[in-house]
Amino acid sequence: MSRHTTPEPETKPHLADRLDTWLDARTGVDSILHESLDEPIHGGASWAYVFGSGLLFLFMSQVITGVFLALYYVPSADHAHTVVSYIVKVVSAGSFIRSIHAYGSSGIIILLCLHIGQTVLYGSYKGKRELLWLSGCILMALMLCMAFTGYLLPWDEKAYFATAVGTNLVAEVPWIGPVLQKLVRGGDQMGTLTLSRFFVLHVFVLPGMLIAFIAGHVFFFRKAGAAGPIHEDPIAPKLPSVPFYPRQVLMDAAFAVVLIGLLALIAKTIPMDLGPAANPADTHFLPRPEWYYRPAFQWLKYLSGRWSLVGGILLPALLAVVFAAAPFLDRRLERRPWKRPISVGAFLLFLVAYTGLGIASYHDDYSDPGMAAQMYKQDADSKAFMESPFVPETAAGSIPAGLASADPNVVKGHVLFQAQSCSSCHGEAGIGTAAAGPLTGVGAKYTEDQLGALLHSPNPLMTAGGMQPVDLKTADLQALSAYLRQLH
Amino acid sequence: MNTLAEDQGHAKVAAPKGRRSFVMAMFAVSGTVVGALLAIPLFRFATFPLRKTASEDDWSDVGLVTDFNALTAPVAKTITLERRDAWQVASSQTAVYVLPGSDGVLKVLSPVCPHLGCSVQWQDAQQKFICPCHSGTFAMDGTRLGGPPPRSMDTLESKVENGKLKVRYQYFRQLVSNKEPMA
Repeated sequence: MSRHTTPEPETKPHLADRLDTWLDARTGVDSILHESLDEPIHGGASWAYVFGSGLLFLFMSQVITGVFLALYYVPSADHAHTVVSYIVKVVSAGSFIRSIHAYGSSGIIILLCLHIGQTVLYGSYKGKRELLWLSGCILMALMLCMAFTGYLLPWDEKAYFATAVGTNLVAEVPWIGPVLQKLVRGGDQMGTLTLSRFFVLHVFVLPGMLIAFIAGHVFFFRKAGAAGPIHEDPIAPKLPSVPFYPRQVLMDAAFAVVLIGLLALIAKTIPMDLGPAANPADTHFLPRPEWYYRPAFQWLKYLSGRWSLVGGILLPALLAVVFAAAPFLDRRLERRPWKRPISVGAFLLFLVAYTGLGIASYHDDYSDPGMAAQMYKQDADSKAFMESPFVPETAAGSIPAGLASADPNVVKGHVLFQAQSCSSCHGEAGIGTAAAGPLTGVGAKYTEDQLGALLHSPNPLMTAGGMQPVDLKTADLQALSAYLRQLH
Repeated sequence: MNTLAEDQGHAKVAAPKGRRSFVMAMFAVSGTVVGALLAIPLFRFATFPLRKTASEDDWSDVGLVTDFNALTAPVAKTITLERRDAWQVASSQTAVYVLPGSDGVLKVLSPVCPHLGCSVQWQDAQQKFICPCHSGTFAMDGTRLGGPPPRSMDTLESKVENGKLKVRYQYFRQLVSNKEPMA
C-alpha cells in the first residue's frame, strides 16, 4: 500500500466501486486479487492443470463436511458406532454428508494419482522444483494417513478388523516395531484408546500438517512458476504467457463443480454403508481395506517369514525414498516423456503392478467359493444393518429398559445372559450381531421347557453356527429361559 | 499477448508477501465455493435438532387396568421413565398415585407437592394426602384442603391401551396457583 492519503472522491458513481475502495484501503484486497489472478501461465491455460486445484477443492470439502460430522461424533469405542448410525439413520442429510466425506477420500486418492501422473509425464518436477516435489510427497503421505485413520472412526466390523490388520503391520518395523505398535494402538490390543488416537490424528494433527504443507506447496509453486507444456523450458520459460484469470480460473472452477457434483450424485445414489458394530469375538470376519490399499494388502499375502520385513517394510520404504528423490536423480531439463524412458517407464511400471495387485486381490476374494460366500455375507450384513431402524444406546446407570419392574427370575436370567457371554455373539439384550442371530421373539416360538432343552443341547443348526451347550443348574436354566422369552 | 508476456515474463517473480496472500485467498475462495455447493445439506444437517419432533414414547406403563378396578384408596406405583437424549436413552424410576376410579375412569396424580416439591404421602388412617415437609393436606382426589400449597395436586395425563394404564409423566412449576408444565 502507498503511504500518501488518497482523498476520497466527492462524487461516488457506483456502490460497488465505493465498497471496493473502502475495502481495499483497509485490506489491500485489490493487490491480493492482482497477485492471485495475474499469475502468468506460459503456453496458456490447460485442462491438464486442473488436478492440483481439484485436490484443494476436495480437501476443503473434507474439512467442511468433517467439521459438520464432528457436531454428532463421539470418539469412544462404546459410542462411536451408535453415533455414526445416528448420523446415518436419524439426522437430516446425515447419510449424504457422511457419504460425501467418505467418498471424498477416494476422490482425493484418484486425483492424487492424476496430479502425480501429470507431473511425472510432463516432467514438471524439473528445474529448481525439488522442494515443490518434496512437499507434494509429504502431502501424499499425509493424505494416505488421513484415509487410514478416518477408516477406523465408524468402529463397525470392517473398520475395526481392517485397522487391526493395518496396525499389526507396524509391529514388523525392525527393533522398535512392538513398542511402536503399542504406541499407535494405545495398548496391546485395539480398543477405545486406539480410537482416541486415530481421532486426534485425523481431526487435529494431520489436518494441521496438511494445511501447513499445502501452503508450502503453493508457496513453492508460485516461486517456481507454472512449468507449462512439455516443450517449455522449466527454468527460463520462453512461450508467451496468459494470466491465470480468466481461462485457467474458469477451468479450475468448472472442474470443482463437476467434482462436487459427481460426489453428490454418488453419495445420493449409493450411500456409504455402515456395518454392524465391531465385535472382536467374531472370528469369521474377513478384514479388507479400502480399494486404494488393496494392492498393498495383496502384496503382503505373497510374503512370509523374514520376507515380510523385506517386502512389507523395506521395499515400500525404498520405493518411497526413490520416488521422493526423483527431482534429485533425474536432473536433466529434458521434459518430453518419450525422451525420458527410465523415469516415465518406472512410474508406469509401478502403476501397472499396483493395479495388477489390486485386481488380483479382488479376484482371490471372489474366485474361492467359501471366501466369496463370506464376502457376500458381510455385504448382506451391512445392508441389513443399514435398513434396520436406529436403536438408541442405554445410558450408563439406567436400568435396562423393561427390567426395572420385571420378575426376579427374569432379572436373574439377565445376569446369567451376561455372565455366560451370550451377549458377545447374540448382542446386548439379544439384538443379534454379525456372529449370531437375534434372540428377540423366541418367546413366541418356544415354551420355557422347550427353550431350556434347546439351551442344554443345541440343535445341529445352532451348533453349526458356533452355539455351545449351556451347562447350568435347572433353576438357572429356567431363569435364563424366562429372560430370553421376554426379549422383544 | 506479447505485451503480456513482456510484462509478466520470467523476469517477474511473485514476491513472498504476494504468495502468502495468494495462499489465504486460495483457501478462502475454495472453501466458499465448496460451502456454497453443499450449503443446503450442510444447513439441514446442522439444524436437525430444530426439526426433531416430540418423542412418541414418553408414555410410561403404570400397570394392568384390572389391578386398579378394586381400589378403595390411592395407591403408589413405581413407573419407569425413558428419557431420550439424542442417541442415548436414560431410564429412571419415579412414583405416581393411582386413584380409585370414578365412573370407571382412573386418575393418576403426581406425588410432587405443588408447594416446594416434596413427595406427598397418602395417610390411610386420616384418609388424606399429607406433605411431610410443610404439612400441606389434600383430599383423596388430590383437591387442596389446607396448608401452604398454592393449588391442588397435579393430575397427570393418562390413557388405557391394550388393558394397560399408561401415564405421561411431567413436572409442573411450583409455587404458582395454576398448573404449568415445565418444558
